[in-house]
Amino acid sequence: MSKLEISLYRYNPEKDKFPYMKTYNVDKPSRDIMILDLLHLLKESDESISYRRSCREGVCGSDGMSINGKNGLACITPISSVLKGNKIELRPLPGLPVIRDLVVDMSEFYAQYEKIKPFLQNDTTAPEQERLQSPADRDKLDGLYECILCACCSTSCPSFWWNPDKFVGPAALLQAYRFLADTRDLSTDERLEDLSDPFSVYRCHGIMNCVSVCPKSLNPNKAIGEIKSMLLKNKKNIIASERA
Amino acid sequence: MHKYNSSNIKTLEFDALIIGGGGSGMRASLELAKSGLKTAVVSKVFPTRSHTVSAQGGITCAIQSADPNDDWRWHMYDTVKGADFIGDQDAIEYMCSEGPKAVFELEHMGLPFSRFDNGRIYQRPFGGQSKDFGKGGQAARTCAAADRTGHALLHTLYQNNIKEGSNFLNEWFAVDLVKNSKNEVTGVIAFSIESGEVAYLKAQATVLATGGAGRIYASTTNALINTGDGLGMALRSGFPAQDMEMWQFHPTGIYGAGSLVTEGCRGEGGYLVNADGERFMERYAPNVKDLAGRDVVARSMVLEILEGRGCGENKDHVFLKLDHLGADVLNAKLPGICELSRTFAHVDPIYEPIPVIPTCHYMMGGTPTNVNGQAFQRLDNKDLTIPGLYAAGEAACVSVHGANRLGGNSLLDLVVFGRATGKHIQEEIKSGGGVESSSASDVDESLERLNKLNESSSGYQTAEVKRQLQTCMQNYFGVFRRGEFMKKGVEELKEIREKTDNLFVADKSAAFNTNRVEALELQNLLEVAEATAIAALERNESRGAHARDDYPDRDDENWLCHSMYDPKTKTLSKREVNFSPNQVDPFPPAVRSY
Repeated sequence: MSKLEISLYRYNPEKDKFPYMKTYNVDKPSRDIMILDLLHLLKESDESISYRRSCREGVCGSDGMSINGKNGLACITPISSVLKGNKIELRPLPGLPVIRDLVVDMSEFYAQYEKIKPFLQNDTTAPEQERLQSPADRDKLDGLYECILCACCSTSCPSFWWNPDKFVGPAALLQAYRFLADTRDLSTDERLEDLSDPFSVYRCHGIMNCVSVCPKSLNPNKAIGEIKSMLLKNKKNIIASERA
Repeated sequence: MHKYNSSNIKTLEFDALIIGGGGSGMRASLELAKSGLKTAVVSKVFPTRSHTVSAQGGITCAIQSADPNDDWRWHMYDTVKGADFIGDQDAIEYMCSEGPKAVFELEHMGLPFSRFDNGRIYQRPFGGQSKDFGKGGQAARTCAAADRTGHALLHTLYQNNIKEGSNFLNEWFAVDLVKNSKNEVTGVIAFSIESGEVAYLKAQATVLATGGAGRIYASTTNALINTGDGLGMALRSGFPAQDMEMWQFHPTGIYGAGSLVTEGCRGEGGYLVNADGERFMERYAPNVKDLAGRDVVARSMVLEILEGRGCGENKDHVFLKLDHLGADVLNAKLPGICELSRTFAHVDPIYEPIPVIPTCHYMMGGTPTNVNGQAFQRLDNKDLTIPGLYAAGEAACVSVHGANRLGGNSLLDLVVFGRATGKHIQEEIKSGGGVESSSASDVDESLERLNKLNESSSGYQTAEVKRQLQTCMQNYFGVFRRGEFMKKGVEELKEIREKTDNLFVADKSAAFNTNRVEALELQNLLEVAEATAIAALERNESRGAHARDDYPDRDDENWLCHSMYDPKTKTLSKREVNFSPNQVDPFPPAVRSY
């Protein structure tokens, strides 16, 4: 039976001065299993291995990690899709502080999410029933609302690595656009104003790692482009109104 | 590793504590955030990782969008019938009549519902739905955001909790309830998973919003985190559980993987076929076919397999056919299913059918509560509320689902009763209600389980014992049940309890110790499994999801009642079903056919 060589990032703050890579050799499973299943197998033999997981079907966003150098969700990544020879290297999402093993501290990521005010703002009196929205307007939210906050995109983004406190990052910008695009949201001007500094949006240089790693096949880069257009248009309007 | 006691841990004080950051917990916290009460949501995962996120098809509610003449009373009728007549009619009435308000609130919060051309919320047909009290044909009553309604709902609730400034203790694990000398609940012992710090979270009101426990079975649609932590805590504290024999097996879990394939697939026109390519539900439910109650469809599938008409090499599953709906409908209405099916079944539903199998999905039972979310126990055959303790959502048994939940009613349950619980706690605390403090020894007592695991120097391995538990439940308490097998199961569970009482947590570190968390979770699973097993063995009839080979008929004379499991004596008693709704005439038990 052929073997798999799994190189796993290990770090326990109470024991290890530095993180290190530990190699585990396991029999190659007879069928193609997911990376998460592989981690379960490893954990049965070494219970000290720590990672997050919940839904195990790619909708909760818990188990983002670097798999052979590329960010992805362990639960929906089949071994066959990443195997290099017989080797698999698993590391925590890059750029965030490591708490232990594959578990990263996501506070900075969540802080950026909260910063963009990720909730519908509409101060008009709500009708007794729902607010109406045409299917065409609702379609504008497709490709945006599905984000699962796994952080695969933001932690693959060199601009986010560089300025995690000032650059909002692809995940939160995708959500910023989700509310800008929602016809029910009335705070477009304030939202754009909040994003108009040199860092929040403009540190995106179109590197597109976000698009290449998103496990939900979303396109933060496109959303960022839309935001930039809106910012530009808004600026033009402001200049025009100042001239008038 | 030092031993924890009341003097060496922190006490954090709150007015209200919500254990669980899923749909019901976050709906309750939203209500409380606006009230000015000091509240915390204690969640073992970041809230948007909660299992509500996996709900697909929608939230069933008579909002009169697909049909302007729809009526919540029809929804109530369907729910009572779906529950096989042991749902409490006052609670079902409350849910169905308050539902529209709760759904419109979600829309106002920003939930991105799919829409009809007129701009109203899209509604699709689901199983067990009718117009005009079963006489007017199939209804379309399930409000949907494509097939990602749970995700949209959970994120919307989290977003609005951010807006209202709710206080979250994320990645904190609640270990056990703390009680005072009067047997009132005064909070929980919990620890930060990240740092290992242990604290007594003291509160006037503690809400169990911990969801289900589908992980007692080997094959389940449930997330890995669904380990019944709230119910486990309540049972260990001696509080009862209601209707624990009632577990829903969803007809369409992906064969092999267990992932859910929404009933909305059949609502949109998909249907099940056996190895002969026959649409077999026409035989079992000639009127509504594939849209019969979930229990009915699941049993029909198992019968097809048992009679040799299963699909695949081992003839051990059936197919869900969707390709005739066309790529446009599938991409627009069921995009998530297409994705899941390609990933986990290696099948593209646009071209091929999905292999499916009935899979454990939902716990109809739970901690018994009234419509205000107040948990109760039984004294002299009367309900006696437990001061300080509440439950909502799947963790609770109100009971709106009785012996079988209708599709789309779980999301409605969790928003309606999460909201009601939040409202009631405000009234209660503002009117001066509360509980007396616990003593140091009360706190120490609730630290015992954690201390024992931390001190363990030998014993059983969590993963191995968990597998034994899940296999036992799967084998003896599945879709079809039989007394003699269940007796064996109950005996096996006794042996397994011996092991869960003596688990070895090899990892002694403080930071993100998942070895410890999983051991604590397994002990909760065991409590839930045992309650399930004893209740299932005792209920000598077939009703809703509880189908017995040896008692194939419904027995209204003896069993038109709830079961109440008492963990102190490990015995079952009966509790009357509520047949007294306030605004409509009660629906009397009738033959349940689809």
